[in-house]
Amino acid sequence: MNQQTKKLSMPLRYVINTALFAMLLLAGTALVNSGAVSGYYTKVLMLIGINIILTVSLNISTGYLGQLPLGHAGFMAVGAYASAIFMTRVGLDANIAFPIGLLLGGVTAGIFGILIGIPALRLKGDYLAIITLGFGEIIRVVLLNIDSVLGFKLTYGAAGLKSIPKTTTFFNTFLCVGIVCFLIHTMMKSRHGRAILSIRENEIAADACGIHVTYYKVLGFAASAFFAGVAGSLYAGYLGILNPSSFGFMKSIEILVMVVLGGMGSMVGSVLSAVVLTAIPELLRAFSGYRMIVYSLLLIIVMIFKPSGLMGMYDFSMSHMIEKIINHKPGQKKRNAKAGEENG
Amino acid sequence: MSVYSTILRQIINGLQSGSIYALVALGYSMVYGIITLLNFAHGDIIMVGAYIAWLSMARFATNPVFAIIAAILGCTLLGVFIEKAAYKPLRGAPRISILITAIGVSFLLENAAQMVFGASAQVIPSFFNISTIALGSIDISGTAVVTLIVTAVSMILLTLLVQKSKMGKAMRAVSEDMDAAQLMGINLNSTITFTFAIGSALAGIGSVLYCSAYPQATPTMGAMLGLKAFVAAVLGGIGSIPGAMIGGFAIGLAEALVSAAGLSVWKDGVVFAILIVVLLVKPTGFLGRPMQEKV
Repeated sequence: MNQQTKKLSMPLRYVINTALFAMLLLAGTALVNSGAVSGYYTKVLMLIGINIILTVSLNISTGYLGQLPLGHAGFMAVGAYASAIFMTRVGLDANIAFPIGLLLGGVTAGIFGILIGIPALRLKGDYLAIITLGFGEIIRVVLLNIDSVLGFKLTYGAAGLKSIPKTTTFFNTFLCVGIVCFLIHTMMKSRHGRAILSIRENEIAADACGIHVTYYKVLGFAASAFFAGVAGSLYAGYLGILNPSSFGFMKSIEILVMVVLGGMGSMVGSVLSAVVLTAIPELLRAFSGYRMIVYSLLLIIVMIFKPSGLMGMYDFSMSHMIEKIINHKPGQKKRNAKAGEENG
Repeated sequence: MSVYSTILRQIINGLQSGSIYALVALGYSMVYGIITLLNFAHGDIIMVGAYIAWLSMARFATNPVFAIIAAILGCTLLGVFIEKAAYKPLRGAPRISILITAIGVSFLLENAAQMVFGASAQVIPSFFNISTIALGSIDISGTAVVTLIVTAVSMILLTLLVQKSKMGKAMRAVSEDMDAAQLMGINLNSTITFTFAIGSALAGIGSVLYCSAYPQATPTMGAMLGLKAFVAAVLGGIGSIPGAMIGGFAIGLAEALVSAAGLSVWKDGVVFAILIVVLLVKPTGFLGRPMQEKV
């Protein structure tokens, strides 16, 4: 019966997904540029995009690697400052400086991820959470208290780094969202991704199977930090001003909440909960006093009634949907669904 | 003023804030010991205690003694209520879900306080006027002495409670092995509730002492205090009661000495740096039990 079901070839899957994504992106950009979406909503949408990148990046180390880091905002801060300093100090054209700054932010955060990951990942469980919390707070305190590096006035300490070119737009935010999600998705489907997943499932068994646990843990952690740095760079170009206090412990918690609420290890869950949890406080602005209370109550209620998060570990696949539709014949629904699962 | 007396004064300051950290750290440590939950809402219980004290003294003009009792009782009841409402339904759920719930409770308390009392700081009238005590060349503030005495007494009582009483025995048994304790006829729920009550009462005492040292109540005052106390609990070995005390004093003294060196802006950084170094050298803290890895 498996021969009867049609499967999409890999290149076709990529083409379909890319085309769909490009259509959505262009449609969104056209809407924003035409003014159909007001400036305020565009800002909210951009913030949603940045939060999506942050959430899927934390999902690498939380959902896929199975660790619990509490210092994700620190990596975001490192990326944001690296790219902001680059963009304000190097007199390149904004269109050229932006992608370089983005990469620079990611790479700097990734290096910090490796430097912090090597000692921190020796610890397990709650201790790992605490030590990353410590590193995140140290990054914040250092940024808060130094305003010059090697004699160059770079970070401006508590006063904040001002007048960063506002290069982040709807288009490049969501382009980054697409690229980041694609990269993480392909990474997780690769051999390295499966090694990372095996560490989550059972570290000792993975080690016994010859997987270099430390290497893959640091790899996952550094990838997580890299993408957080990219999000930080976008954030710098989005706000135009950076203040160390916006990268505190609460920011890390906010990102973690998004990951857990969406369902750890589910990219769709991460994306959805980043959208919902960014939009809710904005939509509830009318009830200004109550909005954070509603937000926190929602968090408690979801956790009590659905501890595995909204989406659990479910991941959505466009190609599987299409396969289901083209293979659909009355009475054959169950069998096809089963075949689809096996192929997944 | 000589260098010697400056250092001595800072050590006394350190011991004062250290005892508050230690009291709060005990709550973290006891709850972690019994249900392995990092109770992030614990710091905010202190904030609620401060607001109760402010309400009863500044608003209703009650006796300071009544205010102190109200604050401690209020904290205790709140701790028990949070356990019953938010953590009990999640017994057996993945640990991270309980952690997120704790974060949710913490958000809820902070934002509720902000809505009810406003974001600006409320000044708490002083509980008692205690004269300063001259010790040789330096003056020690009366609050510092009271803080140290109250902390010492609470810790002795707590140690007696945990070591000698039947409930203390049950608490130790549950933290040793929850399932086996249940099989021995220990009522799990009441033991956990009792642990939360004791931890929150200690937070209430800490709250009153904190308010007599820094007489202000703000909605977010518990966040940093809670985080530092949490660091203290980890430093001493989370789950260990004497460890929490040692960790609290260590953090308090470290902060005071950094301030004495004129680097007070780096205070928080130094606290977390100490935490990282200790965790890397001895991952379970000063007095923590070694972790065992089971296949």
